Amino acid sequence: MSPDNYLYLAATLFTIGTIGVMIRRNALVAFMSVELMLNAANLAMVAFALARGGLDGQVATFFVMVVAAAEVVVGLSIIITIYRTRRSTSVDAANLLKL
Amino acid sequence: MIGQEITFWIVAPLMVLGALGLLFFRKAVYAALSMAFVMVNLAVLYASLNAMFLTFVQIIVYTGAIMMLFLFVLMLVGVDTPDSMVETLKGQKFAAWVAGIGMLGLIVFGIGGALAGGPNVGLDEANAAHGGNVESLAALIFGRYVFAFELTSALLITAAVGAMVLGQHARTRPKPTQRDLAANRMREYAEAGAHPGALPNSGVLAQHNSIATPALLPDGTVSEASVSNTLAERGSIVDSVALSRATAAVFDQIEAGKAEEDDQ
Amino acid sequence: MITLESLAPVAASGMFSYAWLMIAVPAAVAAILLLFGRILDRIGHWFAVAAVVFSFSIAVCLFSQQLLSPPDARAVAVPLFEWITTGSWQVSAGLLIDQLSILFALLVTGVGSLIHIYSVGYMAHDERRRRFFAYLNLFIAAMLTLVLADNYLVLFVGWEGVGLASYLLIGFWQHKPSAAAAGTKAFVMNRVGDLGLTMAIMTMLALFGSSAFTAVNAAAPHLDPFWATTIGLLLLLGACGKSAQVPLQAWLLDAMEGPTPVSALIHAATMVTAGVYLVVRSHAIFEMSSAASTAVVVVGCVTLLAGAWIGTSKDDIKKVLAGSTMSQIGYMMLAAGLGPVGYAFAIFHLLTHGFFKANMFLGAGSVMHAMDDDVNMRHYGGLWKVTRITFWTFAMGYLAIIGFPGFAGYFSKDHIIEAAFEVSTLAGVTALIGAGITAFYMTRLMVMTFLGEKRWREHVHPHESPKLMTVPLIILAFFSVIGGALMNAWIQDWLEPATGAHVQETSLVPGPIGWSTMLVVAAGIALAWWIFGMRPVPAVSPASANPFTVAGRNDLFGDAVNNAVVVQPTLALSRGLVANDDRIIDAGADGLASVFTGLSTQTRRLQTGQVRAYALTMMIGVLLVGAVMILTQLG
Repeated sequence: MSPDNYLYLAATLFTIGTIGVMIRRNALVAFMSVELMLNAANLAMVAFALARGGLDGQVATFFVMVVAAAEVVVGLSIIITIYRTRRSTSVDAANLLKL
Repeated sequence: MIGQEITFWIVAPLMVLGALGLLFFRKAVYAALSMAFVMVNLAVLYASLNAMFLTFVQIIVYTGAIMMLFLFVLMLVGVDTPDSMVETLKGQKFAAWVAGIGMLGLIVFGIGGALAGGPNVGLDEANAAHGGNVESLAALIFGRYVFAFELTSALLITAAVGAMVLGQHARTRPKPTQRDLAANRMREYAEAGAHPGALPNSGVLAQHNSIATPALLPDGTVSEASVSNTLAERGSIVDSVALSRATAAVFDQIEAGKAEEDDQ
Repeated sequence: MITLESLAPVAASGMFSYAWLMIAVPAAVAAILLLFGRILDRIGHWFAVAAVVFSFSIAVCLFSQQLLSPPDARAVAVPLFEWITTGSWQVSAGLLIDQLSILFALLVTGVGSLIHIYSVGYMAHDERRRRFFAYLNLFIAAMLTLVLADNYLVLFVGWEGVGLASYLLIGFWQHKPSAAAAGTKAFVMNRVGDLGLTMAIMTMLALFGSSAFTAVNAAAPHLDPFWATTIGLLLLLGACGKSAQVPLQAWLLDAMEGPTPVSALIHAATMVTAGVYLVVRSHAIFEMSSAASTAVVVVGCVTLLAGAWIGTSKDDIKKVLAGSTMSQIGYMMLAAGLGPVGYAFAIFHLLTHGFFKANMFLGAGSVMHAMDDDVNMRHYGGLWKVTRITFWTFAMGYLAIIGFPGFAGYFSKDHIIEAAFEVSTLAGVTALIGAGITAFYMTRLMVMTFLGEKRWREHVHPHESPKLMTVPLIILAFFSVIGGALMNAWIQDWLEPATGAHVQETSLVPGPIGWSTMLVVAAGIALAWWIFGMRPVPAVSPASANPFTVAGRNDLFGDAVNNAVVVQPTLALSRGLVANDDRIIDAGADGLASVFTGLSTQTRRLQTGQVRAYALTMMIGVLLVGAVMILTQLG
């Protein structure tokens, strides 16, 4: 089986992830959308690994998982810290970037 | 190969549905669960793609650890209120959908189109090189990619330390000592007349000694401070006046009996 | 015609190699007096007097040495040191002691010595006397540097040095705002002239590669007329500034704020004649340009009339003398501009003028001393009985300046008038009229000060000055009488190599021009006697609608002219520049800034602070970049 279908699925998941980041206001859900994008990329790499006959794609996926774990730990800590001070997980509430 | 295709066509729609759940569930918990669902399905796809090691890592690390961490944090910040889906930024939702679909078109048309129809080699040879998928991956990770692997350890340590730092409360005032507490108590007594000492115990009567029983003062009235406020608000206090009244009646009887004996 | 500077001067030997002590000793004493402070308050002035007398004795020795030498061995060059050496270009500092400079050295140190001695008496009660004498010695050193220099750059050092000393001494009584302002005014107006001199020197350096007098004089005959005129006019500008000639005359009258000995030494006898020295020294250049020498004549004529005019209208005795100084220097300038005919007479008049004008200034100081520092002549009168020595010495000066036959001015001034008639009738007539006016205002001064009734203020008890002051007066009066006759026949021969002038017939018997001069002078005296001698002098200057009087009392509106021509335009220009800065440059910058502020305010709305909006923007950017990449690959 060609990797095309896997790639289309990965593209669809990635797109859904980007839309999620843009429209969901809950920081946790937006964060999950980011995870979905990472997973989509992982899927594409694993599919390519199969198609090209090398394990390097799987190794890369493994590293992405490690990095994602680290990222989630720090990201969730940040969300908790913000929640502690603002009593909200809405990303709209954190608009201090505006003058 | 047919099994792989069947698996894909069963799993892929479920994954897309689960992912869409991330967009449309108003409650964050549901979104998290649908996300976990997508990840489990992804593990299935990994298995069908000859990546057994990643299948387990996906389930254990991603679904088991990361998504549970999400749920844990959700619980921490409160799960009661569903998110409002009314868009506050003007045109944001529409523009997001347009941009997302454009993104999909771009990836499918540009990248996917460019790669489609390539050779499909399969992993049998690569897995067989070191006797299996896990062994072959290990050879790569501890061989060619060992430096990146070592770096991930530094990354994980840093992330752990960062999470600890972020999670810590900074004390804004010094911890009060015994002396401070005592001084506080005396000050409150001086200023507001608050009772400085320990509160009185609950009442211990002939028929009751629960903490819901208020103590009686020497004049027979009830001491409010002797029972917890919570119990008082719930109204589950034993009426100590009634209790004392029963005692008084018994005393009266005893007194009366005594008087008769004296008369006789 | 062979001029001295074109010959190589004789190398210094014997006494001449110590000529630099003439400059060094007064300079050293000035430094000592300034540095050692109050220790020298009681005796410091005698050091200063000794220094000048020492210089004078050296000058006398050198002069006698020159007298004994043959004419072609009289000019002596005294190289001192290499001053500036850069690459192939070098300037050496040295002294040139020739017939011209030794006369100046004698005048400066001789009159300077007398004035120093006089000042010991005059400044006896001033608590800053030590400082005064330090400045006077500084002046002597600078003036000797000026006249003894062997090139224009060293001359310029002395030129600036006397300017500094003049500034310090005019403003010596700095507690008076008018004195401080007068010092500043003199300094600033001298800067204008110094600018001309600087540019002239730089032009010479550019054209000749050297500023030594010998080099300049050797190269001058081959000079392009345009450059000769340029250098000549620039030198004239420098001379005008230093010698208070029109149009830079306004500072001299204000300079009378300084102590009277200063007026006598610097602003009558020596420094203000430096301009004449400069013109005579640069005669080779002026001879190459008729335009420049004509300009010198014009400046001289205008100034001699203007100075005399001012002298007729002032009541301040020092200002009358100041106007007179301007006028007499005008005569010298006129003579210097006449060409070889007049150089010797310019120097001749300069010397005699140095004697009699110093004499009269010191006399005026003596009178002021007697009258409690009152300078208004309308408060004088009848002083001849009280201050007899002052009166008689002043009278000698008076007779000398008006040109009474036999007195010093008679010889020098008549020669100038005759020479002027030889060159130009107009200049001659001007000089003749000037002589009449001179007689008029000097007679007025004499009559108002010494003759007539007493018009003294109350509590003023005139008395004769001490010996320290009268002895110099007597010596100067002596030279005012005989100075002319002494040098009349001799000076032209003496100066011939230095100035290139041919010797003229100068007989003691007046010619027709001499007779008419005497006639005019007599008319001036008679007129003044008729106006001021025959009737009482009012104690307050009468209001006068006579435009000549009004103009004279206002210094011919010199300040007003300066104000209108220079000060106001400069102020207007600077105001304009400020307005330009405020309204155009600042407004432009502000406008640009506000344009960008407006743009920024508009673009700022893109920055909502919403993370999701940023995410959308980023996504759109990715889309655009991807679309562009794909489209270009398709194409």
